[in-house]
Amino acid sequence: MSNFSFLIQTAYRDSRKNRSKLVLFMSSIVLGVAALVAINSFNYNLRNEIDKEAATLLGADLAASGNRPAEAGILRVLDSLPAERAREMEMLSMAYIPKTDESQFVRLKALEGNFPFYGKIKAEPAEAATTFRSGPFALVDRGLMLQHGLQSGDSIRIGKMMFMIQGKLDGSVGSVGMASAVAPAIYINLTSLDSTGLVQPGSLINYAYYYKVPEGFNIEKWKKDRKSLFKSDQLRVETVESRKENLNKAFSFLNYFLNLVAIVALLLGCIGVASSVMIYVRSKTNSIALLRCLGMKPMDAFLVYFIQIVALGLIGVIMGVLTGVLIQSALPVILKDFIPVTVNNALSPKAISEGFFLGISVTTLFALLPLVSIRNISPLRTLRVETEASSGAFDYLKTGILVIIGIVLIGFLWLLTSSFLTSLAFVAGIIVSYLILSGLSSLIITMLRKSIPSNAGFVTRQGLSNLFRPDNQTQTIMVTIGMGTAVLTTLMILQSLLLNNVSMMDAGKQPNMILYGIETNQMDDLKKLTLASGLPVIQEVPVVTMKIDGWKGRTKAQWLADSLMTAERWAVNREARVSYRDTISDDEKLVSGKLRKYNNEGDSIFVSLGTTFADAMDAEIGDEIVFNVQGTRIVTYVGSLREIEFRNLSTRFFIIFPTGVLEKAPQFQVVVTKTPDNSTMSKYRTEVVKAFPNVSVVDLTTILQSVNDILKKVSFVIRFMAIFSLLTGMIVLISSLLLSKYQRLKESILLRTIGATRSQIIKINATEYAFLGFLSAGTGVFIAVLSSFLVTKFQLKLDYQIAWWPVVGIIVGIVTITVVIGMLNSRDIVSSPPLEVLRKEGS
Amino acid sequence: MAAILKVEQLSMQYTSGQRQLSVLQDINISIEEGETVAITGPSGSGKTTLMGLCAALDNPTSGQITLLGTVVNPLTEDQRAILRNKHIGFIFQNFQLLPSLTALENVMLPLELQGIKGAEAEAERLLERVGLKDRMTHYPTQLSGGEQQRVALARAFINKPKILFADEPTGNLDGDTGATVESLMFDLNKDYGTTLIIVTHNPDLASRTGRIIKLRSGHIVSDLKNDPATAIN
Repeated sequence: MSNFSFLIQTAYRDSRKNRSKLVLFMSSIVLGVAALVAINSFNYNLRNEIDKEAATLLGADLAASGNRPAEAGILRVLDSLPAERAREMEMLSMAYIPKTDESQFVRLKALEGNFPFYGKIKAEPAEAATTFRSGPFALVDRGLMLQHGLQSGDSIRIGKMMFMIQGKLDGSVGSVGMASAVAPAIYINLTSLDSTGLVQPGSLINYAYYYKVPEGFNIEKWKKDRKSLFKSDQLRVETVESRKENLNKAFSFLNYFLNLVAIVALLLGCIGVASSVMIYVRSKTNSIALLRCLGMKPMDAFLVYFIQIVALGLIGVIMGVLTGVLIQSALPVILKDFIPVTVNNALSPKAISEGFFLGISVTTLFALLPLVSIRNISPLRTLRVETEASSGAFDYLKTGILVIIGIVLIGFLWLLTSSFLTSLAFVAGIIVSYLILSGLSSLIITMLRKSIPSNAGFVTRQGLSNLFRPDNQTQTIMVTIGMGTAVLTTLMILQSLLLNNVSMMDAGKQPNMILYGIETNQMDDLKKLTLASGLPVIQEVPVVTMKIDGWKGRTKAQWLADSLMTAERWAVNREARVSYRDTISDDEKLVSGKLRKYNNEGDSIFVSLGTTFADAMDAEIGDEIVFNVQGTRIVTYVGSLREIEFRNLSTRFFIIFPTGVLEKAPQFQVVVTKTPDNSTMSKYRTEVVKAFPNVSVVDLTTILQSVNDILKKVSFVIRFMAIFSLLTGMIVLISSLLLSKYQRLKESILLRTIGATRSQIIKINATEYAFLGFLSAGTGVFIAVLSSFLVTKFQLKLDYQIAWWPVVGIIVGIVTITVVIGMLNSRDIVSSPPLEVLRKEGS
Repeated sequence: MAAILKVEQLSMQYTSGQRQLSVLQDINISIEEGETVAITGPSGSGKTTLMGLCAALDNPTSGQITLLGTVVNPLTEDQRAILRNKHIGFIFQNFQLLPSLTALENVMLPLELQGIKGAEAEAERLLERVGLKDRMTHYPTQLSGGEQQRVALARAFINKPKILFADEPTGNLDGDTGATVESLMFDLNKDYGTTLIIVTHNPDLASRTGRIIKLRSGHIVSDLKNDPATAIN
């Protein structure tokens, strides 16, 4: 190297008049690095918080929970712990609000003891978190109180009992905001629960037992020593450590997703970097040729531009890190509904240094791809001789750089995910997505080029031809904007598709309301009330709860001890809700065997199983299954298998007994009806809850609302991330427009010189940008339609329908933005006199 | 006097698609130190290609070029760059100033490339010599064509080149401006004792040199001594 300080000085001088052109090049880096730093900072803070808050999340040193009370033996073992104890029963139920004469589906949490032992129930006023435990009081979800205009001191009826509201509930232990979208929570004390009359045989209740051990007690060891005992029951036993593990597992998906978004944003930024540097180098070809002509060595000429790019890249990366730190403070707010802890926005040195080093290395590597072509610029270019040797030979240097980029990315992902295979799959996935998008773009461009109609007007032909001018960035823009559009549109299609499918349940004569938990002696009155409200009783179904005691000649305990057991634990351990009838319902299809009646006492009992449950039990026709119906053992045989459809709101049972067996067993009833509209539904629901406080009502409007709320929150997060991709696309668009401005300028000046009017030039430019926007958005929408179709058909197994208007809206929106950005960028091309522009821009 | 440039059996071919295009064939020239030479000929006759090869900007298909006693053919690109930087000056038809550098910085460039201190003073002196004392901090876009070519002249002479290649130096200038630039070029050439090789269509410019080489279709068709004193100025 001749003189490094001279090279730096030349680099500085050369960049002097071009820095504004490279601002957008830096913006690509800023966006990519900002996304990476923000997301990783959030990730690391979340992990730290989970580690730190694990005890608070569990609220105890040990928690055991299940959907039926712990068996006496297990409870004895748990209670042998030298610990402070607490108990909780949680169920979904209806609440009646006298103040507004309305009813509400709620999650009822009945508490006994000083739970949580760690952390606290957040309430306003704070003392309400304690006072509700001392009598018939309730702590009610803030959202529910707001919705119904409730205040502390107002009443709320749950089941048969009236509670006085003590305060607003802002967050229960370990729960996520998303849960309140399904059913807002209400805390009461456990002793009041019995008086509500909601606890009946068959009620869906979650039982939890909490223990706080003295300091120094090794709860992990205690649990480990009793591992086999806890394993054999359906009770889930968690300690702080296992909760931490479970949470980290649960959030690893969120981590992967966020990492993917960050890497994609960074890579899109890098595509922007590579394309802007390529155009920058091309615009500098004459200067480089002259420097070479005056005696600069090829390596020094390369270094002059390399120094410029690295310096600007460095500034871009630093700005990206700073922006990332700012964005990071917004992420905990956006994601708060998905996480059970409050994530702070502390600076994460790890995320910052990772963002910095990955940003600088990837930016440099991507910039190197076009920069290395400087070594091929001949000094002969100064002499008007067109000597560009595009040999088409294999470029080892460029290939080497691409390989290094791959290695750096895999290495970084490996660091993030701790899994080499995942990192490899990640990078492969990104490459494949890019190839598909760029292949598709290339195909569309080729097709369009061949099909420009010769009889189209001059403006259209010229505008279209501009898409294929030398140094065009059509494909890069199509890839970046297309990717953002694809993500956004896929989300939108899937969201509306899921909602449509749920609302379709309401179509025609399909039921839209289920009432459950009805005592047998309430049935007549309830039916009367229903019919008096003008509603039909579509189904009345008895439900008996039971457990499985054994199957295929062995007891459950024997099976559970056998490591070769083929049945799945969820099927074996569940408390089954069973009905009895001798017919197949409209939602079912008999696929094997037949429904066999039970005629006389002593006959074999043949049950009918749903295919999903039969598969999980590994049961076939003729297999023996022994049920325990609240203490009574009943031996049955599999008589038939049914395929059950889940499209409509209706009662469905994995296990159906024949009539004549369970009639005398303790049971509750379910009634299915159909309301014509929301106001009738709301009025009827309130009347039912008033007259039959123990009855729960699930209606389609509530489900639809919950699904909508959840989808809205999920898609908002994904949308927030997709915006990065779209912004990068727009930046690539702006930078390529700016950098190819001189070329456009020369064309426009020539056209104006030979007589084109200002409006013709504007139309030509607008046509070009409109096509560019349309092709980009169209490619994205095409991919979105294809991917959402595949997901719907093969993953969700639903009918595929698209609401086309919003899709058209997306295309129109992107075309408009592209045209506006394009026209703003070229306004001085059309508004200044040709000579003035030429003098200013030319050299 | 010793030959500063010797061209022997020089041929140059380009591949255009499937076809071989012969631009120069069997060229032999010997130019002595201090000579002023014009290479003329119609468009496409190979003038510029010949100049590019002589100035070590490209490699011939066959033949040998000896510049300042050094055979150019086997030199690496870095060695050629050093040769150009130290001993050769260039003037181009389209001026070829770096748009991002001021007039002064453009002139300083060849000396700075050599790492020589005091380039600024020498550049200022030369700019003053070409009458641009007041325009030193201006960028090329702020200068007229004639002024740009005068900056290019100052840059060409700053490294006191042994040999100066000028490609249609007045081709982009009007008559009066062209004449001013022409006079400056010959005056500087005389002051610095440089060998001057000019590629031109302009017979008046060619007539001011001591030797005129005419090319047609890649061949030398005449190589005649000329008396510049008879030239019409």
